[in-house]
Formats: sequence, C-alpha cells, structure tokens
Amino acid sequence: MKGFDLTAILSNPEFSGMLLHGMWMTFVIAVGSWLLAMSLGILLLVVRLLPSRIADGAVAAYISYHRNVPTLVQLMLWYFGIASLLPDDLQAWLGDHNGESIFAIIALGLCQAAYFSEDLRSGLRSIAPGQAEAARALGHGYIGAMRFVLMPQALRNSMPALVNHTVSLFKNSSLAMAIGVVELTQAVRQVDNESFRTFETYLIASVAYLVCSLLIMGGGALLDQHMKAMGRAEP
Amino acid sequence: MIASAFEIVRDNWLLLLIGQYPNGPLGGIAATLILSVLGIVLAFPFSVVVALARLSRRAVFRVPATVLVYVVRGVPMLMIIFWVYFMFPLLLGASVPGFETMLCTLVLYEGAFLSEVVRAGIEALPAGQMDAARALGHSYPRAMWFVILPQALYNMLPSMLSQWVGTIKDTTLGYVINVPELTFAANQINNRLLTKPFEVFLILAIIYYVVCFSLTHAATVLERRIAKRRAGPVVLDPALAAAQ
Repeated sequence: MKGFDLTAILSNPEFSGMLLHGMWMTFVIAVGSWLLAMSLGILLLVVRLLPSRIADGAVAAYISYHRNVPTLVQLMLWYFGIASLLPDDLQAWLGDHNGESIFAIIALGLCQAAYFSEDLRSGLRSIAPGQAEAARALGHGYIGAMRFVLMPQALRNSMPALVNHTVSLFKNSSLAMAIGVVELTQAVRQVDNESFRTFETYLIASVAYLVCSLLIMGGGALLDQHMKAMGRAEP
Repeated sequence: MIASAFEIVRDNWLLLLIGQYPNGPLGGIAATLILSVLGIVLAFPFSVVVALARLSRRAVFRVPATVLVYVVRGVPMLMIIFWVYFMFPLLLGASVPGFETMLCTLVLYEGAFLSEVVRAGIEALPAGQMDAARALGHSYPRAMWFVILPQALYNMLPSMLSQWVGTIKDTTLGYVINVPELTFAANQINNRLLTKPFEVFLILAIIYYVVCFSLTHAATVLERRIAKRRAGPVVLDPALAAAQ
C-alpha cells in the first residue's frame, strides 16, 4: 500500500487531464439534461392545464412512468432498446457523434422533466384561487395572469423542490457511466485502474461532486431568499 | 414485437423471478425485493439515530451527523457504492460479496435521506408535546421514546413507504458491481439474445413500473387514511357530541 499522496494524481498531467475531461462531460450532461427537463417540464404543465381530460391523462401517464421506473433502467431502455429501433444511418451517425452522451441527456432530461413539472404544478396549486380571479378582474387575459401574477408566485413556492431535484439531476449524471459515457465517475475508474491510487482518486472526485452539489444548494437558497424578498417588496 | 416480448418472458420468467437460484446466487425480482426490504429495515433505526443526533444540542453528536447527511445528499450513490466496494475489503481484510456491499450502501444512503424525514416528522410535532412530557416528569430520552417518536413515526409511515420505493429503484445501481438482481438478470437475457434489446428492456421497465406504482399507490392511500385519523372524528354538532 502506497502512502497517501494527492499530488501523485493532481500533478500528473495525464491523470488530471482525464479527470478534468470527466468533469467537463458531467457538466455537459447535467446542463444539457437540465435545460431539456426544464423546458419539457413547463410544456407538460401547460398541457396539463388545458381543459382536456385526454391531455391530462397523457401527462399523468408520462409522469407516472418516469417516476416509477428506475432512472438507470430508463437510460438502458433508451441506449440499448430505442437506439436499436432507429434506422441504420442514424445509428451509424450517432455512433460517430458520441451517441451515448446524447442518449444520456435525452433519458435524464425526460426523466427529470416529470419531477420539475410536478414541482411547478404543486407550486401553482398552493396559490390562493383569489389570485387568479383578482388578476382576471384587473383585466389580465389568461396568459397575462399566468405570466405576471401566477407564475412568479408558483416559481417562488416551488423553488426548494426545484433546487433539490436539480441536485439529484446533477448526481444522476453519474449513471451515464453505465452506458459508456466517460463522465467523472467513469474517468475516476479509469484513473484508478492506471494509477492504482484508489483512495486519492475517489477522494478527489467525491469532493468535486460534493462541492458542486453544495454550490447548487447554496445558490438555490440564495435565489430563494432573493425571490422571497422581491415578493415582499412588491406592494 | 409484442409476440416476441411474450416469448422472452415465457422463456426467461424464472431467471427474472429468482435469478440462477438454486444453481447460483438468488437474483431477479426476489433479490431486488429482499435487498430493498433489508435495506430499508436496517436503514430505519440508523436514520432515527442520525435524526436524534442532528437535533442534539451537543456538537459532538450534531456535527458528524450533519456532515454525513450533507455528504450523502451531495455525492452520487454510484460514488458511495464504489467507496464501500473498495474500502470494506480493506477494513475487514476479506472480500465482501456484491449483495452485502450493496446492502451497506443502501443502509448508509437511504438512512441519511430517511433521517431528514424523521427529523422533519419530529420538528412538525407541536413543541407543547415535548414541554408537556417534560412537565410530567419524563427525562429527555424517555419523553423522546414514549411521547415524541411514536407520534412522529406514525405520521411518517407514508414517507417511509415512498422511501422504500426509492430504495427499490436504487437497487438497480448494484448492476455496476454485478449484484445479481433484476436489472442484472435482464442484462444477462439481453446478452444471450443480442437481437431483442428493446423488448428485453421494455419488459424490465414494465416490471419495475408495476412494483413501484403499486407501492406508490399504497403510500397515497395510507397518507389519506392517516390524515383522516389525525384530524380526529368529525363532530357535526358540539352540543350533540357533549350529550353522548
């Protein structure tokens, strides 16, 4: 057993390069799937608010599927299953263009959209019904009432849940290693295999994950406070 | 496509159900359920201890528990699996099978998350409960044990059921260290068939959906029933109730 030595990993250009590239891929997957999840989550919420039982049932089924099937299984279904149904040309193109990262972003984004949509919906439901009526009475149309009165409050109410789910989305990006994306967790395994410094490598990666998660939690708390203060300041 | 999916289930139902048992380790749905039940049952006492430590006024208890909760909340479960996977054999001096590695990870991970639920449950009780128990002459541990925890844990039953669903979903990660459970069995089938990946993983998703959806539904029903019971019997006319 070698002595504890962080510099053996950090000052080795090959190893630190692999770890940095892993962090970059984790960042790309987390940000890509967050953007997909947030836009799709809002879209799902809008569809659910339509006065149609079919639309409501379809969104409910979407959310139920994504919340009751493990994320890893969803990733596998996309990467191994759905990919095999695509036309051969597209499969070949995806093979050349980092298909596994694209599928990871799609699978994680679609999965998290269900959670984001539910967060926003419960934020919207916790607003007193008088708010919508008052906004309409003041002459706002449906869109105007949503945009200026209801959504700002809904967003404020759902901030804590959205931040929590953003952290879990960031952590879930590590699942992409199971379908062959060389993100931070996979990079750590490769560096470990080559350097034989298990403890140091895993320590560096765990600290990196922890710092990023804490930054998201802290940033979310700051944003939450700011929004609450804005809500109070408005007469 | 549907016909071939049925064919896969017909040919492999035993592997999906119990893995290679009795010729090999227990696997399939049986292993997933056993792993998740053991995980949540062992995580529960651990979570109560962590929650009480986090509520403690003494920094010796509070600080390590808080650090543990934040580390588990901030580091992906895969990372923790690998930590346990590498550190356990080093500490014990013997190799540890995948099932036990995964069980330890689940206890640590779910326990830390459950401790937040327990803590919220304790803090949600009115402060008067503790004050009253202390005024009646109970010591702090006795008040906790006989007055606070029974109420808090009863209110938490639905959350614990949802945590169990989360645990079932988390057992899939055992796949990366080759724990023989349901996801592993599906991958074995896929590797043998090679040509039907969509059907195999669709079957896998459906099985997980059926199991987790029923439990989520049970949690909702339980939640409604508990809310009703906590609200107490409906009294329409106070005068009539007094007369009875």
